[in-house]
Amino acid sequence: MYDIAIIGAGVIGSAIARELSKYEAKICVLEREEDVCCGTSKANSAIIHAGYDATPGTLKAKMNVAGNAMMDELSRDLDFPFKRCGSLVVRTKDQDISGLEKLLEKGKANGVPDLQILDRNKLIQMEPNLAVDVTDALYAPTGAIVCPFHFTIALAENAADNGVDFFLNTEVKNIKKENFGYKITTDSQIFETKAIVNAAGVYADTFNNMVSDHKLNITPRRGQYILLDKDAGSHVSRTIFQLPSKMGKGVLVTPTIHGNLLVGPTAEDLKDKEALNTTAEGLDILAPQSSLSVKNIPYRSVITSFAGLRAHEDSGDFILGEADDAKNFFNAAGIASPGLSSAPAIGKYLAEEVAGALNLKNNPKFNGKRKGILNPSTMSVEERNALIKQNPAYGQIICRCESISEGEILDAIHRTLGARSLDGIKRRTRAGMGRCQSGFCSPKVMEILEREVPMDMLDIVKNGKNSKIVFGYNKLIGGWDNEL
Amino acid sequence: MNYDLVIIGGGPAGLAAAVAARDNGIQSILIIERDKELGGILNQCIHNGFGLHTFKEELTGPEYASRFIDQVKEKNIEYKLNTMVMDISEDKIVTAMNKTDGMFMINAQAIILAMGCRERSRGALNIPGFRPAGVFSAGTAQRLVNIEGYMPGKRVVILGSGDIGLIMARRMTLEGAKVLAVAELMPYSGGLKRNIVQCLDDFNIPLYLSHTVIDIEGKERVEGITIAEVGPDRKPIPGTEIHYDCDTLLLSCGLLPENELSKAAGVAINPITSGPIVNDGLETNIDGIFACGNVLHVHDLVDFVSQEAANAGKNAARYIQGQTSNETKEIQVKAEDGVRYTVPCTIRPEVMDDNLCVRFRVGQVFKNSAIAVYFDNELISKRSKQVMAPGEMEQVILLKKKIEEYPNLSEITIKIEEA
Repeated sequence: MYDIAIIGAGVIGSAIARELSKYEAKICVLEREEDVCCGTSKANSAIIHAGYDATPGTLKAKMNVAGNAMMDELSRDLDFPFKRCGSLVVRTKDQDISGLEKLLEKGKANGVPDLQILDRNKLIQMEPNLAVDVTDALYAPTGAIVCPFHFTIALAENAADNGVDFFLNTEVKNIKKENFGYKITTDSQIFETKAIVNAAGVYADTFNNMVSDHKLNITPRRGQYILLDKDAGSHVSRTIFQLPSKMGKGVLVTPTIHGNLLVGPTAEDLKDKEALNTTAEGLDILAPQSSLSVKNIPYRSVITSFAGLRAHEDSGDFILGEADDAKNFFNAAGIASPGLSSAPAIGKYLAEEVAGALNLKNNPKFNGKRKGILNPSTMSVEERNALIKQNPAYGQIICRCESISEGEILDAIHRTLGARSLDGIKRRTRAGMGRCQSGFCSPKVMEILEREVPMDMLDIVKNGKNSKIVFGYNKLIGGWDNEL
Repeated sequence: MNYDLVIIGGGPAGLAAAVAARDNGIQSILIIERDKELGGILNQCIHNGFGLHTFKEELTGPEYASRFIDQVKEKNIEYKLNTMVMDISEDKIVTAMNKTDGMFMINAQAIILAMGCRERSRGALNIPGFRPAGVFSAGTAQRLVNIEGYMPGKRVVILGSGDIGLIMARRMTLEGAKVLAVAELMPYSGGLKRNIVQCLDDFNIPLYLSHTVIDIEGKERVEGITIAEVGPDRKPIPGTEIHYDCDTLLLSCGLLPENELSKAAGVAINPITSGPIVNDGLETNIDGIFACGNVLHVHDLVDFVSQEAANAGKNAARYIQGQTSNETKEIQVKAEDGVRYTVPCTIRPEVMDDNLCVRFRVGQVFKNSAIAVYFDNELISKRSKQVMAPGEMEQVILLKKKIEEYPNLSEITIKIEEA
């Protein structure tokens, strides 16, 4: 019997798990995918919003501003990359200044620090590649960029290190109210728990609706993105948003924490919660849209495109807290944008509510610090040589595009909640994330997984359990089941 | 650490450059290879057809490579395996790393860039759809089958008719897979004619020119691929879709010289080839840094890589021995009217070889046309060819003797004209 079962190991589930591990309780996280950070958390804008966008008084406004303020300390404690690069919402000459002024007012009401409107002269010194039609912009120095993978994985690892059990490849099928709490049926086993935290992303409505008559309805809102190579990474230095117009919210152009350039997202309301596909129509609008705010983006340097689904609930706000007709069933639902930015605050907010309801005591053994995977490229030659002497695997480069060594990959496999798939390694180390998109390193990473996990080469997957890379052996080695 | 000559890459280009540099008197040579053996991409090219020009016989890739590896070993040329070059500086300090030496620096008098190329990825092609397992570049699939010994697919569609894709269509078929179709965006193939015949026609694999992939289905593993015909604007034409149930998509959509290290050293890059701009000695804009093989421009035949690399090795040797001077006059070589680029881009009449081979590609298919060479505005030679295609490299030979007859010559233009 668990005290608390959290459904979903995205950034929200992981943040809640870590905050709850500060209390004495038996906690598990149930995740249908083979790794943490596999849903909305892995495919988004990778930015921490300043918090001027949400309507004052909403949970989105409160959680965003509070979450943003928590990121400096959290990124230090959990050793993940985070940078306050600042953000600009730019207005073009055909738009009214009142749009920017309204954002400024909302930001002030929400408690966003140091907002100001800058004119073109100032802007062009900060961002020489702004489009010629840009007249002024709202500048938010607290806007930031983060690695969403490292952020989520760090939260999950730290929760696991503090005693939270993670069950991966475990898909919740049904939830039933019992007098002790809830019985959760999954595709692999049954879990009994006193309380549930529902952090299931685009599926959070499904689980809420199993136990509550206050039905939620989540629409997956797809966002398509284009990622450019590092030679384009300094095209802008800050996150550049467009002032929403009647044509839509516009797209953003931002540097990523790892030095690439990211353009997106589209916004398409869909029915299919698995529709992570990009479309020609979606990708085609990004270049003309982005040119409204940023000129001369070198689209020749595109290295990949991807899509993510935002969990938009009908109410438009986050749904946080106990369902009022389902005792000890706590929702973290409708976590659309600014969900990543709000995650630390949502984790704290919900954990406090759950701890109060279950009367939990503090966990004196909680250790909130975690060391990330070493990043040798930030070391001096002397430090690097000392490291290689101690562990020669750090001297062998596996991913040439991102300069990722075998040592980093071994760490990704052997650490808490270690990687078991090509994408798991990629999210933890960036091996395969560069300009060749894993063409050269994937066979080598497969060999390392085979040897180190250990696992059969034929069982190695890209991400989900059906995403196998190879089917069998060539004829010389033993052939394969050649039923076509 | 000091070496007269450091060669980055131990594939066909690096090996031939090393042998030539030694033959021209350079003792202190180091080849740096990132893989666990010499030979580069040839090691996974187990089909035959290599070496017809160089050795007058048909060899497999590994056999061809071993001819050069044997020479490197006989001549006691030093090499380091499993070693990655991390940086090259403008003053020719090479920073490299491996498990045993750690990170180390080498002062080189001359450097030959021979890092090869990479394949254009799915992301760079902007193919919409899901991102499942089962989308491989043709070269990655080739490595999985030929080196690692695995089968990466059963029912296969191939996008792009580059040579590796064509070779893999045959290879996968011989391993028992069903190759359903090859789609090519352009109205002509990107590969050699002989590969179309031997790898597609002989196995009844259809080639759809002016077609591209418009959707990839399958959330975890590829489940289906849709291709469609494209118009002259290369946009898909509605109503022409063909759907295939398949588990694998191989991509053979072009090769990109890998010049990240070169750029860091300040080497100027030709935007057409994505390789360094070089003179007749294959020297880049940085004194003493030379380039050859697929890092310079993508080749079809390894024989030409070996020839070019030997030239780079010889010129690097001359540079180290102080036999060259950059104070000489330079003549521009210009590509016009159907000629996309030339290698080299400039020639120095005072120091050039007696017979200088200028290689280039055409930008479209030409039938019954001619390659014309102009010295300034004077037509010097015109050679007819029945067919020229972007997939097959062309060449002209410039004679030093002839150039010497034109002391005021400022540019040489190569263009395609009516025959």
